[in-house]
Amino acid sequence: LGDRTLRGKAALVGVADLVSPTGELALHGRALEAAVIGAALDDAGLTIDDVDGIAAGGMPTGTAEYFAIQPRYVDGTMVGGSSYELHVEHAAAAIAAGLCDVVVGVYAATPRSDRNRRNGGGYRPMPGPNPAMEWELPYGLRMPMAAYALAASRHMYEYGTTSEQLAQIAVDTRRWAALNPNARYRDPITIDDVLASPMQTSPLHLLDCCLVTDGAGAFVMASAERARDLPKAPAYVLGAATCGTHSMITEMHDLTTTGGSVSGPAAFGMAGIKPSDVDLLMGYDSFTITALLHLEDLGFCPKGDGGAFVEDGKLGPGGSLAMNTNGGGLSYTHPGQYGMFLLVEAVRQLRGECGERQLTDPKIAVAHGSGGVLSTMGTVVLGTEETL
Amino acid sequence: VTVLEPPITSVAEPFWAATRRGELVLQWCTSCERPIWYPREVCPACFGSTLEWRAASGAGVVHAVSVHHLPGPGRSADDVPYAVALIDLAEGVRVMSNIVNTAPDGVTVGDAVQVTWLPLSDGRNLPQFEPAA
Repeated sequence: LGDRTLRGKAALVGVADLVSPTGELALHGRALEAAVIGAALDDAGLTIDDVDGIAAGGMPTGTAEYFAIQPRYVDGTMVGGSSYELHVEHAAAAIAAGLCDVVVGVYAATPRSDRNRRNGGGYRPMPGPNPAMEWELPYGLRMPMAAYALAASRHMYEYGTTSEQLAQIAVDTRRWAALNPNARYRDPITIDDVLASPMQTSPLHLLDCCLVTDGAGAFVMASAERARDLPKAPAYVLGAATCGTHSMITEMHDLTTTGGSVSGPAAFGMAGIKPSDVDLLMGYDSFTITALLHLEDLGFCPKGDGGAFVEDGKLGPGGSLAMNTNGGGLSYTHPGQYGMFLLVEAVRQLRGECGERQLTDPKIAVAHGSGGVLSTMGTVVLGTEETL
Repeated sequence: VTVLEPPITSVAEPFWAATRRGELVLQWCTSCERPIWYPREVCPACFGSTLEWRAASGAGVVHAVSVHHLPGPGRSADDVPYAVALIDLAEGVRVMSNIVNTAPDGVTVGDAVQVTWLPLSDGRNLPQFEPAA
């Protein structure tokens, strides 16, 4: 990749998230953003006055105005749950190019407690673009889960993947959640529990699906030089890449291969690593099938072998590939766009801040986000000082 | 069955007009001779803008299927279970639809299906598919 490389140019220097085991937070809106941005800046040893760049999905100008930031770098990229991995990629490039010095990224959403507020509540179909209104939603497509169900249907047909194998991902993710006092669900579950949970849109059962919780997260990024002067160990961006393949599921040409098959190798190539070098995979688990596709597309196992790969429980505590150590979107939190929480846990693990679920001396963590309906993948490779 | 009735975008007016006659039509690019789905202003394969509507066979094969036990947009709790599928049409495009006139749980990937119609409130018909005879 030559001079296009971002390897080691920028680092995540502060992170924070606000999540409750009840699934609900008392704060919402700007107050929640303020709390989580403040916590991330404290974590970084910086103040709001140091910030000259902002990343938030949609319209970041409102956030910037509210906190009196006059940014010289603005990233409003909104591609769904992976937006936050794309924000890190873009911020690393902007910092490397000298466009700005300190970027704050933020995400806050309270879909669970909004049910109790005026104008909230009830199931609302994802407001699709016109093509989905005309060509998908009239068929009663339950969004977003049914889009993933169609991918799972095809994966089962092509590769013989079973509901038991998908369930193993939910079981192992719950084993990690049991070690996280902030997780929404911590009680152990079995494959039988997953299969006995109500079918939602086949082949996905309730326990194949992520939670709906409140949650907020933020990160602070700075140049590698500046990072070294800050109190906590930096998590350096070693590689980052994006690949979008479609917007609505009808247009996903190969339902069993995501853009992760492009963004993964590109980010790993920039970082100079291979899958076996990865100590922690934070792989977006909106549904069990989502995580299974990441394992294949990022090269942890060959295409089609994901079911057999996960069967022995290797993704759980003590296994050979630690995945989603916070308990994931399946058991920790999922406010609608989960990508921010992948980054927060990756940084905390690299720093050794994860308590009972802490991995032994991890050096390389991958945050791999999926946005839309398997539509836009963003891969970020993070590493400790010694990986530079 | 009540459904969320689709809007009519201007580019798709000929498609919906044909459904009033119970005809399934597809857009084709006359530059590269490829079928186009979903209807567009330009061909997504070659960016050509000389497009025409041609009759389709209505035959297809189930590419993926999800039986809904929760109602999606426009559907009521009484409508479940129902089958939502992606269908590879004989002409070479993939469309979403429902598989009807058969037990939803019996629908499998690879099944041969044929178009059928669900009347909408404004005289249009929504294409649906049923097992091929």
